[in-house]
Amino acid sequence: MNSLAIKLPGLDLRNPIMPASGCFGFGQEYAKFYDLAVLGAIMIKATTEESRFGNPTPRVAETSSGMLNAIGLQNPGLEHVLAHELPWLEQHDVPIIANVAGSEVEDYVAVAREISKASNVHALELNISCPNVKCGGIAFGTDPEIAASLTRAVKDVSEVPVYVKLSPNVTNIVSIATAVEAAGADGLTMINTLLGMRLDEKTGKPILANKTGGLSGPAIKPVALRMIHEVYPHVSIPIIGMGGVQTTQDVIDFLSVGASAVAVGTANFVDPFVCPTLIDELPEALHSLGYSSVEEISGRSHR
Amino acid sequence: MIRTGLMEVVRNKEIADRVYEMTVIGQQTIAMQTPGQFVHIRVADHAEPLLRRPISICSIDQDILEFTMIFRVDGRGTELLAAKRSGDTIDVMGPLGNGFPVVASPEEHAWLIGGGIGVPPLYELAKRLKESGVQLTIILGFQSEKDVFYEQRFRELGDTFITTVDGTHGLPGYVTDQMALLQDVPSIYYSCGPHPMLKAVEKALPNIPGFLSYEQRMGCGIGACFACVCPTTEGQGSYVKVCSDGPVFQAGVIA
Repeated sequence: MNSLAIKLPGLDLRNPIMPASGCFGFGQEYAKFYDLAVLGAIMIKATTEESRFGNPTPRVAETSSGMLNAIGLQNPGLEHVLAHELPWLEQHDVPIIANVAGSEVEDYVAVAREISKASNVHALELNISCPNVKCGGIAFGTDPEIAASLTRAVKDVSEVPVYVKLSPNVTNIVSIATAVEAAGADGLTMINTLLGMRLDEKTGKPILANKTGGLSGPAIKPVALRMIHEVYPHVSIPIIGMGGVQTTQDVIDFLSVGASAVAVGTANFVDPFVCPTLIDELPEALHSLGYSSVEEISGRSHR
Repeated sequence: MIRTGLMEVVRNKEIADRVYEMTVIGQQTIAMQTPGQFVHIRVADHAEPLLRRPISICSIDQDILEFTMIFRVDGRGTELLAAKRSGDTIDVMGPLGNGFPVVASPEEHAWLIGGGIGVPPLYELAKRLKESGVQLTIILGFQSEKDVFYEQRFRELGDTFITTVDGTHGLPGYVTDQMALLQDVPSIYYSCGPHPMLKAVEKALPNIPGFLSYEQRMGCGIGACFACVCPTTEGQGSYVKVCSDGPVFQAGVIA
């Protein structure tokens, strides 16, 4: 039996490792490094109804053990993704989780309705947590009632299970998690980036043109672990964990606090082979701790 | 396939104020066929500093599988790179991006215009053009005399002019001041340097085919993260990614 396989709503994963949305484009770039079919799944870049150029540059700034980004949901728009990116991905035997974003409820609904019909889209990831856009994004993810009503609206039209990506930029993440679960979410993905800023040493002004950006990388792992640990006992839907995952130990930690699968973001920029490497190393890491499967180790912190 | 792997440092020395010339050896050099491409270097094997550093390829020696890059120490990453010694290894991704198209006719007269740390990729280009018999005029701009590097090497390849902003070496002023003093015009030009310099060069040489190498803060270096986008002259939200669509673009493409 494959010790790495895991079944989640809509997702029959051969292993629990997947690149996180926004850090892997639509897969084309990383297909130049390895066969994408080795991945558990791919969370593709956020798609909005219309194409978006995103924010002015500079859009990234390195920080201690991490980075800030303010890309601003740049993407070619729903029609293009349906006509080009998703059909291209079909040549790879790997389930796609489509990240859905928008400014208004109607935008999310329009994207969810159409993109969930694509044959290789096995689940949606509802992006209610992007910190880098003026409208939408995080505004939907910081109020439990608004998050719940958006979840309900998307659930009504989606043909595949809906995972909701939670923002860490809240005081009570449990209230958001339980609200979206009650509204019908099939799973949670957490966490998105933490809002941050870096200054130019000479001018004392923010480096990012957007002034603020989302902090990712190893620096945010402790926050992510704490939040998943906090949410896990209060929900019965699965959690896909993310936030600074770089090593096999990080994967073990995320599974331990209650994640059923783990997404890798910023680390792809540092080591393009990080996902296949983690997939190769994970069975031995599980075994060395006395576990025979991902399912068995998931949530062990709570037992 | 894009390659990543460990390469061995052969030499690393300071050749101007905080400017280092590092030569590395390894099989990845085989893929380096076009001048103007860059490599993405991991400077530490832990999370600090986290991201790779994009550095342009300065010269390539296929016979002994060595390539050279020149970088200015300007932060934590390049400080670590400057500390590398002969025999150390570095994690190199690349070559990446699209380089300069090399014209190959002795009829051509090319101008190569470089600014500061944008000068290095023009060196391999100059060698290739010279081999093809192309007549070369090389104009290199720096801040000050202490920043000047590779002057003699370029002189061996073509007519070379130096400018410094503070006037301590060569013509006082910018590369465009030197360009204005030249009597002839090129049939083609190539340039690499800061964005304002590239725009000024482009403006000074209208209706002449040119290729410009742009610089931008990068994340992944391969086109996935959308950090290094530049709006194009087409407007209406059209853009290119410097890392994977460039870094070299035809004159007139970037807004």
